[in-house]
Amino acid sequence: MNTKVYVGVNAMFEADGRLLPRSILWEDGRIFEIDKILDVRRAASLKAGGSGIRYTVRIGRHETFLYLEEGRWFAERRF
Amino acid sequence: MDRIILHSDINSCFANVECLYRPELRGKPVSVCGSIEERHGIVLASTIEAKRCGVKTGEAIWQTKQKCPDLITLTPNYDRYVRFSKLSREIYSDYTDRVEPFGLDEAFLDVTGNPKAFGDGSAIAEEIRQRIKFELGVTVSIGTSYNKIFAKLGSDMKKPDAVTAITRDNYREKVWPLPVGDLLYVGRATRHKLSELGITTIGELATTKEDVLRKQLGQMGTVLYSFANGYDRTPVALHGESSIIKSISNGTTPPRDMVDMQDARIILMMLSESVAERLREHGFAAGVVYINYRDTSLNYFQKQLKLDRPTSVSTEILETSTELLRQSWCFSVPLRSITVGVSDLCPENTPSQISIFADEHRRIKREKLEIAIDDIRRRFGHYSIMRTITHLDDTLGKIDARGEHVSYPVGFFKEYSR
Repeated sequence: MNTKVYVGVNAMFEADGRLLPRSILWEDGRIFEIDKILDVRRAASLKAGGSGIRYTVRIGRHETFLYLEEGRWFAERRF
Repeated sequence: MDRIILHSDINSCFANVECLYRPELRGKPVSVCGSIEERHGIVLASTIEAKRCGVKTGEAIWQTKQKCPDLITLTPNYDRYVRFSKLSREIYSDYTDRVEPFGLDEAFLDVTGNPKAFGDGSAIAEEIRQRIKFELGVTVSIGTSYNKIFAKLGSDMKKPDAVTAITRDNYREKVWPLPVGDLLYVGRATRHKLSELGITTIGELATTKEDVLRKQLGQMGTVLYSFANGYDRTPVALHGESSIIKSISNGTTPPRDMVDMQDARIILMMLSESVAERLREHGFAAGVVYINYRDTSLNYFQKQLKLDRPTSVSTEILETSTELLRQSWCFSVPLRSITVGVSDLCPENTPSQISIFADEHRRIKREKLEIAIDDIRRRFGHYSIMRTITHLDDTLGKIDARGEHVSYPVGFFKEYSR
């Protein structure tokens, strides 16, 4: 199964120009609200295969990475 | 004070990028190759695992399969490589404004003015190496030195993902034992000439008298002597400076060989059109037209001609390139690939002496016609308007030289060729 999962993202352009994701629409239709954005930096995802702006986000008690690569959002699938 | 120059090289760039996007291929022998159907079936880049099996860049796919039956071959994604090239340059430009691209995957950096650059520049090189690995997911080898030539040699020494410093104290131990062919611009012919003098290593080249080299190789002898001794003072171009266009060319290996002048003319027509279109796009006219071609035995030829007056009209480029080919090739052996290029560029509105013998009125009409064609193609696509000659042969006539064009920066050598 592919580790790279392209997801729908509800994001907000802040007044200062920052783009911040609010919630993630997973491939099976579930929606995950993002509680907090912990870090934003450029990074590669060796697990999923890609490189873009990496958002470290907290969803409930879980921390996960969300990437924005050339206008598309992806996350890493957990097995 | 010595300069601090870095040469950064993305390790097996195309293959490295492909493996980033295909995690399941990492650790396997992988080569990125041109398309077999379009007869570009040679290896463009390989992973270390493929290189260990003996796969070499430039080899035909069938040759590599003999050496390495498990080799995984992929087709190139140029857009992706261009993106990584751009991203890596963005990282470089965090450290200096002197970033000179050398191909898609290599760049020279002059970090002398950066306060972080103590000593031999290893600290900055190390930081760049780590950032590229973390941010882009590919590895680089970086050489640091006090001149560009040694920096480049340094980046070739340890691969992948490494930094090598070549200093005034260690260059004799590190650089001089290397084969002379590792030096920039020492190709097969020069290597052969040097071997006649008993020179096989860079150290032997450096300790040979300059006069002797000059006698054997001309001006190139002096240049190579200075390269080998670390005397090279070529500056690293300012960011963006090296992108000033010096020449424009388009080449192709068509789906089948060109067996006569008519075949060649179809290809020359399409290439000339593409070159002229790009000339006009950048607002240039060209003073010199050149062609490069390769026959089916892969022998390589180059011819050029200075025009009476600069042009940006494709039919004039076509006529000149056709004449150059006609004078130099009789098609006893078919041609495999051909390139049309122009140089000696000047702004298109530079005043020029009109000829009383040529039909100036017709020339202006042609120019207007071609600008109209550019416009139609921009709006409706390349194939919306075609020259009749391209319909003479469906295989050869189906090339969009413009659309398939990938450009590479101008060579390192421009400093010396002036």
